[in-house]
Amino acid sequence: MTEGSLYGERITLGEPPLKAGEILYSLRDVSVEYGTRAGPVAAVDHVSLDIRKGEILGLVGESGCGKSTLGKAMLRMISRPGRITTGELWFDGVDLVTLSERRMREIRGARLGMVFQDPMTSLNPLSRIVDHLTETIMTHEPSVSEAAARDRAAQLIGRLGLREERIDDYPHQFSGGMRQRIMIALALALQADLVIADEPTTALDVIVEAQFLDLLRELRDEFDLTIVLITHNIGVVAEVADRVAVMYAGRMAELASVNELFLDTKHPYGQGLLRAVPNIELDGTELYQMAGAPPNLLHTPSGCAFHPRCPAVMPICSQHQPEFLQREGDHYTACWLYQDHPVKPGVHDA
Amino acid sequence: MHPLLIVFLVFGIPAGFALGWVFLRGSESLRRYILTRIALTLPMVLILISVVFFVLRVMPGDVVSSTLGPKASEETRQNIMEALGLDDPLIVQYFRFLGDVVTLDLGDSFIGARRPIVDELGERLPATLELIIPAAIIALGSGLLFGTYAAIRRKKPVDYSLRLYSVIIYSMPIFWLGLLLRLVFSVWLDWTPIAGRIDVVTNTTLERTTNLLFVDSILSGNWAALKSVLRHMILPAATLGLVLSGVFVRLTRINVIETLQEDYVLAARARGIRERIVTYSYALKNAMIPVVTVIGLQVAILLAGAVLTETVFNWPGMGRYLIERISARDFQAVQSTVAVFALFVALISLAVDVIYSVLDPRVKY
Repeated sequence: MTEGSLYGERITLGEPPLKAGEILYSLRDVSVEYGTRAGPVAAVDHVSLDIRKGEILGLVGESGCGKSTLGKAMLRMISRPGRITTGELWFDGVDLVTLSERRMREIRGARLGMVFQDPMTSLNPLSRIVDHLTETIMTHEPSVSEAAARDRAAQLIGRLGLREERIDDYPHQFSGGMRQRIMIALALALQADLVIADEPTTALDVIVEAQFLDLLRELRDEFDLTIVLITHNIGVVAEVADRVAVMYAGRMAELASVNELFLDTKHPYGQGLLRAVPNIELDGTELYQMAGAPPNLLHTPSGCAFHPRCPAVMPICSQHQPEFLQREGDHYTACWLYQDHPVKPGVHDA
Repeated sequence: MHPLLIVFLVFGIPAGFALGWVFLRGSESLRRYILTRIALTLPMVLILISVVFFVLRVMPGDVVSSTLGPKASEETRQNIMEALGLDDPLIVQYFRFLGDVVTLDLGDSFIGARRPIVDELGERLPATLELIIPAAIIALGSGLLFGTYAAIRRKKPVDYSLRLYSVIIYSMPIFWLGLLLRLVFSVWLDWTPIAGRIDVVTNTTLERTTNLLFVDSILSGNWAALKSVLRHMILPAATLGLVLSGVFVRLTRINVIETLQEDYVLAARARGIRERIVTYSYALKNAMIPVVTVIGLQVAILLAGAVLTETVFNWPGMGRYLIERISARDFQAVQSTVAVFALFVALISLAVDVIYSVLDPRVKY
């Protein structure tokens, strides 16, 4: 499937096409706050992250750690009472934060796609599959005729392993796995560069999940896709991701290639997460359980937010927030164990 | 042609075409459902008119005492009862009435000049339709509009105002709102007529074919009459429509708010679909599903409200007719009127179910 045959002219923001491995999307110091009665809650707290062309980046963390909010922020889809308070979202040479809502809408769906957690509720129950697809295509490419959009929709559906004649069916006539494929088709309808998949397999059973993850990998190669896979399932990340970002309490805790992360976890939180994954070979061993619970973001602990639960806690951890720094090679972490601080040696001795 | 027949054709032909279109376009199961639904309408109407028939006979009083008073001689009484067929056994009267309904004859009224009921209804039914149709348009139109607007402007002053409005208007008795509107717009401001369907003088110039004065004045090109009809129509229709709109404002608001939070709305926004399309094609259309259900239920309230509105505005429709004939114990007129009401409600709920099936592809039959 060449680009010319299926897709019309692409909207570009002026940058030449990227090569694999170059930075496609760059978050710089992004914060998202939700205004609540009890005060502002920083769901995402000064996060910086580069997403590279062609990679599958796993974004993991516990519920409420801000990973979904971060995903929505990347499309500038934070709805009130939330808002992006600081930071820049660089995509294709433009800071999306500065774009008008109209320009932003042109990018959503066309260059940046999103796949949501629950495929059962992500499709309009009153519209046929073909209507979803043609509507999306024709919104972004008004010159495409209905018939041409329909052809494209059928091809896409066929490529994703559904029978083409089923495009005239309604969402409720499909299974969860099929619907998630349709959601992917919608993201691919305009050949998005980057697809943010927010827990796409949570609602699927393991067999369908495995098929879906295989499909994601295939599509990444075939469509030159970059995928951000938001999940709380470490197993999913281990299976498909190239790099993994671990979030805790709205902040980045660790970022590394998948092998690096699994073999040499730096951050005590990441270590705890990995030990908490059931292992079929460690029969009879009690499963590790991390102490405590994720913090209430209204009262994020001082210093490193993880310090009340951290097995390697030091006095400095509750006083100063560690920076998110490059540790070695491509491995980043935010932990005092690996960085020096002017007051650290003294504290350490005490 | 009989005005009742014309009225039936005016509404029946478009409805028939619509139903036929749905029928031919729909799936096998939808067709079977529509046929079943039509078949079920018949026993429903039969049960309703049977109940009314027997309840009327249980009610104290009869046509003789209500028209001639207590001093009528026993002989006069016997003669009248005999002439009206009221001395026959109840079961005979019942089957005679069923026969009347089936042959669409409906018999003659018990009082006055003993005119055929179909002729009397031929004058009254169009008047009621001319009240409840604009009222339904006002109720639905304002309800959907205000409800959607309040949902989009949620927690803003306009939302709070509309919610307050909907509670006040819904809890207001129809007759009281009618009197209030009449006092303000007819007496103090003198913008609209006090009562009736048309000016007495203009009425003499209007050629009647359907007794739907709105239709008649357009058919005959009598613009003075059309103006008069609309001026008379506005207050009663507004009274009835506004009271009913309260439910629709609240229902539409809450459903649009809910659907706007649905994942598919979020997903549509994430695909760059325009906000206007997201609101109207995604949220409002989905929000309409429960609203349509309530429309069917509100039709009965619409008819009940029409009785009150007609009384307040001296509107010569079925509602006032019904009240007059109940006090006169004109059984024939009352049971026939109720039969027409029952048929009307049954047809609307049939229409609602069919609309529902067209609107929501998930509905299985």
